[in-house]
Amino acid sequence: MHPMIMFSKINKWYGEYQALTDITAQVQPGEVVVLCGPSGSGKSTLIRTVNRLEDIQNGQILFDGQDVHGTDAQINRLRSRVGFVFQSFNLFPHLSVLENITLAPSKIRNLKGAAAKQKAMELLDRVGLAHKAGAYPAQLSGGQQQRVAIARALAMEPPVMLFDEPTSALDPEMVGEVLSVMKGLAKDGMTMMCVTHEMNFAREVADTIWFMDAGQILEKSKPEAFFLQPSHPRAQRFIADLRAH
Amino acid sequence: MFDIVEIVQQNWTLFLIGQYPHGPLGGLASTLILAALALLLAFPFGLLLALARVSPWKGVYWVATTWVYVLRGIPLLMVIFWTYFLVPLLIGHNITGFMTMLCTLVIYQSAYLCEIIRGGIQALPAGQYEASRALGLGYLRTTVWVILPQALYNALPSLISQFISIIKETSLGYVINVQEVTFAANQVNNQLLTKPFQVFFILAIIYYLLCFGLTHLAGWVERRIARKRLGDGGHTASSGPLLATDN
Amino acid sequence: MKHDFDLAAILRGEYAELIVKGIEMTLQLALFAWLLAMALALFLVTVRLTGNKLADRLVAAYVSYHRNVPTLVQLMLWYFGVPTLLSESTQLWLANHNTEYLFSVIALGLCQAAYFCEDIRSGLRAIPSGQTEASRALGLGYVRSMRYVILPQGVRNCLPSLINHTVLLFKNTSLAMAIGVMELTYATREVENYTFRTFESYLVATVFYLVFSLLLMGAGALLARHFSKALAR
Repeated sequence: MHPMIMFSKINKWYGEYQALTDITAQVQPGEVVVLCGPSGSGKSTLIRTVNRLEDIQNGQILFDGQDVHGTDAQINRLRSRVGFVFQSFNLFPHLSVLENITLAPSKIRNLKGAAAKQKAMELLDRVGLAHKAGAYPAQLSGGQQQRVAIARALAMEPPVMLFDEPTSALDPEMVGEVLSVMKGLAKDGMTMMCVTHEMNFAREVADTIWFMDAGQILEKSKPEAFFLQPSHPRAQRFIADLRAH
Repeated sequence: MFDIVEIVQQNWTLFLIGQYPHGPLGGLASTLILAALALLLAFPFGLLLALARVSPWKGVYWVATTWVYVLRGIPLLMVIFWTYFLVPLLIGHNITGFMTMLCTLVIYQSAYLCEIIRGGIQALPAGQYEASRALGLGYLRTTVWVILPQALYNALPSLISQFISIIKETSLGYVINVQEVTFAANQVNNQLLTKPFQVFFILAIIYYLLCFGLTHLAGWVERRIARKRLGDGGHTASSGPLLATDN
Repeated sequence: MKHDFDLAAILRGEYAELIVKGIEMTLQLALFAWLLAMALALFLVTVRLTGNKLADRLVAAYVSYHRNVPTLVQLMLWYFGVPTLLSESTQLWLANHNTEYLFSVIALGLCQAAYFCEDIRSGLRAIPSGQTEASRALGLGYVRSMRYVILPQGVRNCLPSLINHTVLLFKNTSLAMAIGVMELTYATREVENYTFRTFESYLVATVFYLVFSLLLMGAGALLARHFSKALAR
């Protein structure tokens, strides 16, 4: 089994500033990876390179064996196989919840009509929002919007789901509903990369924690090990700060 | 095209100040004076209309709203003709083209200035009004000391833009023989007869430089206001991996 | 100053005809100028979207010129100035045909294209960048993203400005009288000259302009409401 995602010596600069330094890592099929670390460490930048929302200057990223940043990469095809959930949801405000979900499948996979609707309703059911199919994003709460965003990403049946701080923009009481959807996905065996500050979620659900700081992955370990006793001094400081809350 | 330089050299006084001192002041000077006076005189009207449109008194509101909608719905040219016809009737004797144009612009612009000022007032957070009333300041005092200073300051860029519009509108004075720069250009054209493109091109450039310069001023003012309002030293969202966001 | 108000006097016979012809001309002028302006504006926006620096500067210069020079002056430049730049035979041809109308459409259309172009551009810029990211992240290509996600939102955003500028275009048709086009304002002056009934003739024209402007604004408001049903609240 080859890795689902493979990072080989990734380097990225924004002008003079180096955002990612020599990142080498792998995500196996079915693995749930949580990226954590202080602000500005490059976590979001890293996962955005997977579906090429960010470019890289050096190195190679392989998704399911394909070079993501190669010149002949079929980027649209690739992106339709990577589910991405944004911090700010980014639902399409001019389309209903149902239409948000069926847009990509209908245009890319040609799934139309009743079949499309049924699929979408199944997904909405899975995230607990079947009753909101006809509503518009502006009428939903933040937690509901994010759940719809997850359903929208799942509609293309991607083998991998990427989450970029999915709960950071939510009011505290809505974080739980989104996390429980994500936990459900993990339990069903989805390959996931998740940037988050929700440490309890990480402890419960992650297979591996990648700790990042200043553009580098300083430590990769199992959650129990990481939270009890991280090896890298920077990670130790991070955990200590967390506990201080 | 070399003619253009020649034409400017020979006729620049006509373009700049019209036939003065052998006639009334005209040309660009007249354009600017007309526009500036129009803005100054229209401003108080616009202000009153704006206050009327945000006031809670229905009668006042409807009169002002009708005035604004009518003036915004008819061409400036029609307003010129109406003024040309009505003002002498109302005051009993004829008035110069310049005065006609001035009255027209004041009336016409009162509607537009009203909308700009009203926009500035309504863009203020409701909290401003509430806080002021909570301190015990009445409606009038609140309006004068709290609302208007802020609204007018915020509306400054739009007011400058409106000044630019007024300058452009003065060109219609040509139709009733007002001695402004468009009229001057036509005079030059009527003398030369064979170089209409060059003459009108010069006219276009004059307006362009004037208005373009003022547009830049408006942009500068807008940026200064934005900076002041967001707090000084403000780096709003900028190039930022150095800022504390993950992206 | 005793003036008997007699609306019927001008609404009969040949005077009515003049006015009706004027209205026709105004509406025609407005329509064709609007079509030209819209088509050109869409073209200019597409050019700007390509990202080519030179093209962007050229379009910016075009917009800048047409927004800073008075419409009347633009009209004069086209009607009085441009023909002298053309060849002898073209000038002869132009002299024999109704060039006032043609140049009015061109001048008004080109001028409004600049405004429409900026309106559309602002409308597109008001869309949060997350929308493009989200649609691209789903695998929708550039064209599909534009068509199903970006443009629908852009249209809703720029509708109010487009409507305002359409009303402006409609009012600007009156400027064509300065170069002899027999639109409504011109016709009104004619009728006034013949009948000396200034008040009545002006009133008719004013009412027409007002009613039509309000109709345009009303239609626009309806359109805006229809589109923003989804986005409102």
